[in-house]
Amino acid sequence: MPSLRTLLLAALLAATPLAHAGEAAPAVDDPVLEKRVLKLSEELRCLVCQNQTIADSHAELAVDLKNQIREKLKAGMSETEVKQYMVQRYGDFVLYRPPVKTTTWFLWFGPFALLLIGVAALFLKLRKRAARVAQGGLSEADHQRAMALLNAEEKREGA
Amino acid sequence: MNRFLLPLGIFIVLVIFLAIGLNLNPREVPSPLIDKPAPTFLVPQLHDAAKTISEKDLQGKVWLFNVWASWCVSCRQEHPVLVDLAKKNVVPIYGLNYKDAREDGIRWLEQFGNPYTASAFDRDGRVGIDYGVYGVPETFVIDKSGTIRYKHIGPLTQEAVDKKILPLVQELNAKS
Repeated sequence: MPSLRTLLLAALLAATPLAHAGEAAPAVDDPVLEKRVLKLSEELRCLVCQNQTIADSHAELAVDLKNQIREKLKAGMSETEVKQYMVQRYGDFVLYRPPVKTTTWFLWFGPFALLLIGVAALFLKLRKRAARVAQGGLSEADHQRAMALLNAEEKREGA
Repeated sequence: MNRFLLPLGIFIVLVIFLAIGLNLNPREVPSPLIDKPAPTFLVPQLHDAAKTISEKDLQGKVWLFNVWASWCVSCRQEHPVLVDLAKKNVVPIYGLNYKDAREDGIRWLEQFGNPYTASAFDRDGRVGIDYGVYGVPETFVIDKSGTIRYKHIGPLTQEAVDKKILPLVQELNAKS
């Protein structure tokens, strides 16, 4: 005789597929359009949950915006036009790929500038060091002393 | 000594940047609608479905457009401020009842007081999208020519009303 707990578990398990069925997306009558909607909504930020795209988010606004995108595309708007429509309302922040303009130059080119500065600093440092080595580095006396030390070391290891 | 000056300098700059970043509110996204004409709308009024309301009806005066909903918790927080402001009779407040059920919206106003000259009823949130609404409550200040001059995101505080909204309304009213 199964215990009450087992029965309950079984009932819960049996209910899960039903719970999923309730969430099923509305019937897709145009897969091509749907693909475009998805692609576009992956490039737009949901402003309610700011680190998610509209495609990922289940926030009500994101769902509304997805519907809006679908409608606009259906009406014959191009992807760029829909993006423009969103930017007009929510600003550049909705775009996951910010446009290149004066206010975003630092964002786009800043990392490369930092890289250049780093490479330049490294180059200068290396040149300075090379110059120091070329200047003679060790004097003859120092060289002799170093040889003596190294030889002594070898002898001790050999013993 | 000089050896430490450069890293220390870089560190200080970094700290300043981080401090600024920490104190910015990521929820307050600057609206691209500022200084642009208010988006057009034509929707039924909340209290009378037979009557419509449009931004064109309000041309020629400075007005506030407050986005609210009965399901919005922070709207409750700002509501006394709005009711207070409405009593002063300095600027008409129009509401945008955003994605709400009509009865809920009406009941909510009965319960907490109605500061709005009229409320536009935006059942499906279309008007909200046109106004770039993403976090209710939001409040717009619109001037006589129908241009959006200011947007306040989140609940209005008495401080925001006194320091920002009212002076701006006065300034806009002074202009012809």
